[in-house]
Amino acid sequence: MSSDAGIDLWPYIYIAVAGWLATDIWRWLGVLAGNRIADGSPVLVWVRAVATALVAAVVARLILFPTGYLETTPVWLRLVAVAAGFAVFIATRQKVIAGIIAAEAVFLCGIFLLGS
Amino acid sequence: MRGLFSGPALVLVSAFVGFCGFAFEAGIPLWEAVFMTGIVWALPAQFVLIGAIIAGASLPAAALAVTLSSMRLMPMVAALVPLIRTRTTPTWALLAISHFVAVTVWVFTMERVHKVPREGRVAFVAGFGLTIATVNILIVGILYGVISHLPAMVGGALFFLTPVYFITSIWASARSLEVYFAMIIGLVMGPLFHTVDPELGLLYAGLLGGTLAFLLERLVNRRKARRDE
Repeated sequence: MSSDAGIDLWPYIYIAVAGWLATDIWRWLGVLAGNRIADGSPVLVWVRAVATALVAAVVARLILFPTGYLETTPVWLRLVAVAAGFAVFIATRQKVIAGIIAAEAVFLCGIFLLGS
Repeated sequence: MRGLFSGPALVLVSAFVGFCGFAFEAGIPLWEAVFMTGIVWALPAQFVLIGAIIAGASLPAAALAVTLSSMRLMPMVAALVPLIRTRTTPTWALLAISHFVAVTVWVFTMERVHKVPREGRVAFVAGFGLTIATVNILIVGILYGVISHLPAMVGGALFFLTPVYFITSIWASARSLEVYFAMIIGLVMGPLFHTVDPELGLLYAGLLGGTLAFLLERLVNRRKARRDE
């Protein structure tokens, strides 16, 4: 899969097929569906629910089973930081940026206090 | 482009900063991270794709996982198209600009498109999408080189931006009940199924969790409808 000289094209082919094609196919289908699917139809509700649950599952995995540096931080700190971010997000009438800043602040404070 | 300095755009920039940290932590080379940002242009798909690369998944397995995470783009595009096209808009133009539709661009467009005259809407989406995509490709490219010279903690902290961004932005853009249900169920089911089956757990969590959320939404709405009678 990897060559010693020159640019290895395999990762780019992998990204193009598994990333670009797998993603843009839904955008194209969305254009074609355009007017045809009635908004609020049960199929649409189900598709949206599955898609949201999938992204949520990815998010939970990023928090609980991260890679790299985050792996060395305590799980409870990550959970507390995310919870704090979400609480601030709700308290600020759903300001996404406020939630992100709060979560980062709690996370970084925790890191420094733990002295790691 | 004043839209570039809007709330959603700034949040998106910070999310791509997070993506850059994630790609670096995961050991994805610079040019692959830049290429991926331009050609995929959907953060959840990019995270799933990198997850598959780290896990050493086969190409069909990676494509399947990414496809499931990108399904949400179809209803988003389908909802946007009737708002922006005129009778003379060629389908190829819509197919071309559909590439720029991702959560943030969609939220931004759905909020503001009513203020733009109909003939100008396709150009509005194309202009905003192309600009914000270019900015974020540059950010990933430039920041990647910088991150490698910073302490590991910085990359970790930047990576940490992403989960918070997704939870809050999806919650904020939700217009109906099943999205909240799916979010909560997915957050619980994701790690649960991951410990059972690290490779396919994500797909199970999405399909089962989403179906459960869908059924809950039906149940709640039927109850409400009955009470209103």
